[in-house]
Amino acid sequence: MNFSQQMIALKAIVIKEYLRFIRIWIQTILPPAISVALYFIIFGELIGSQISDIDGYRYMDYIVPGLILMSVISNAYGNVVSSFFGAKFQHSIEEMLVSPLPNNIILLGFVSGGLARGMIVGLVVTVVAMFFADIHIHSYTITVAVFILTSILFSLAGFINAVYAKTFDDITIIPTFVLTPLTYLGGIFYSIKMLPEIWQNISLVNPILYMVNAFRYGLLGVSDVDLTSSFIIIVAFIVVLYYFSLRLLNNGVGLKP
Amino acid sequence: MNALSIQNLQKTYKNGVNALKGVDLTVKEGDFFALLGPNGAGKSTVIGIIASLINKTSGQVEIFGQDLGANASNVRMHIGLVPQEFNFNIFEPVGEILINQAGYYGIAREEAKKRAEIHLKQLELWDKRFDMAKELSGGMKRRLMIARALMHNPKLLILDEPTAGVDIEIRHSMWEFLQKVNAEGTTIILTTHYLEEAESLCNNIAIINNGITIEQTQMRSLLARLHVETFILYLAGNIDKIPDCGAYSVRMIDNTTLEADIHSDKNSTQNISDLFGILKKCGIEVASMKNKTNRLEQLFISMLNNKNENTDKNITSEVVAP
Repeated sequence: MNFSQQMIALKAIVIKEYLRFIRIWIQTILPPAISVALYFIIFGELIGSQISDIDGYRYMDYIVPGLILMSVISNAYGNVVSSFFGAKFQHSIEEMLVSPLPNNIILLGFVSGGLARGMIVGLVVTVVAMFFADIHIHSYTITVAVFILTSILFSLAGFINAVYAKTFDDITIIPTFVLTPLTYLGGIFYSIKMLPEIWQNISLVNPILYMVNAFRYGLLGVSDVDLTSSFIIIVAFIVVLYYFSLRLLNNGVGLKP
Repeated sequence: MNALSIQNLQKTYKNGVNALKGVDLTVKEGDFFALLGPNGAGKSTVIGIIASLINKTSGQVEIFGQDLGANASNVRMHIGLVPQEFNFNIFEPVGEILINQAGYYGIAREEAKKRAEIHLKQLELWDKRFDMAKELSGGMKRRLMIARALMHNPKLLILDEPTAGVDIEIRHSMWEFLQKVNAEGTTIILTTHYLEEAESLCNNIAIINNGITIEQTQMRSLLARLHVETFILYLAGNIDKIPDCGAYSVRMIDNTTLEADIHSDKNSTQNISDLFGILKKCGIEVASMKNKTNRLEQLFISMLNNKNENTDKNITSEVVAP
């Protein structure tokens, strides 16, 4: 396949993935909007009103970046893991495997699907957040960069989960037992400066902390961690996960007996 | 040029199952080729390897002179696969399935839409183009897979039991369609459990059993090995006893039905017209007739039985030998 054909093939996968989650928007786009509205009502309005300002921001405004990014993370991950595992389960992945598609195009196609859903859900959640919080973007470049890079990172993570998954249970284990705890402990609802020193140090090994704080810097201009370190960590994870995913595809892990 | 050339293809799965022990196959360009074998013989494994869905353990596979391992991307461009199991997303509209598939081969969306229209119309699925694939009947799903496999105009079309579970009428219309596709130059490899299908459609045949090729020949020469053909003759009137038919072996099933053997070996001059003539002289008119069993089926069973007997003998001699 020449480059032009590869781009047509990539476009085909992206359109297919986009249409897949748009067709079922009640399951994919609406729930995060409702969840985040509930978070704002309960944690922001009811409990948040009892909490003092953090880094000069109302609690409601402080949790906005984390809640947006939490939706982006779970949807980018969930889109790829469910789509790729669904394709494996129904054997429709064979449509791609029998074609001359290079593996990197297959991977980029699925990751683009995750990115698209992450961004659409992120935008929807941001619109919901505007009803509750006062949103001023401190740096558009940093906000958009973290938004996109985080979607890509968790799309890749979702892809790896789907490759190894053998049952539908396997695609819920990682989000439930790994992703959700790391996200909640990644400084969405608090600043790690509020924690005892030992817990501050433990929090620093959680990669999601860097993403949440980089995004918070983009929106509010405040962060618990160094911005450069955050970008290095995010990009390093993307590079490692990309090559690992590609290796899995090249070896046919979970796909070719 | 050979469309497909397979040499000593072997596959051992991770669970230790030795599915292919050394398959050799040659399929000429433009051929309509039958790949037969009992369940578990290794047919689907062979097809899976050709279509890049299964990794081979060893052996060589060449498609139109190109090595599958070395030129996988080029080779896949020439292959269309209709697998045994439905393998499309049942929650996608029929038209989208075809357009996406074309996209995977680098065919632009506008061109893909035109091709989808042609194939959906040919396979009588055009009215279903906006329907979700899950809403199609079994026969429609099979036709959808054929349409999908043709979207990139493959030079080699592989059909793994394409008419399984399809009613007779649709099966025959699919046969006609496949014959047309073959006549237009596409090489077709067909696996099927309906042996009359292979006999009607295919010029050449290979039989696989226990992971090895036990026969590869022309369909005509294979059928010529069957020296006796048995016919059921339905008579226009009643008879009381078996007529004297000379050298022909004729048996009476009931008052209106006879069973007759026609020998077709080199030394025999027997033929069905001659038998009809003899019966007519006896005042018996034949209203209709049919083969007692499918000829290929008879051969297929006898070949597999011979093979199994030989294997059993070998095993026995190995066990008995001191």
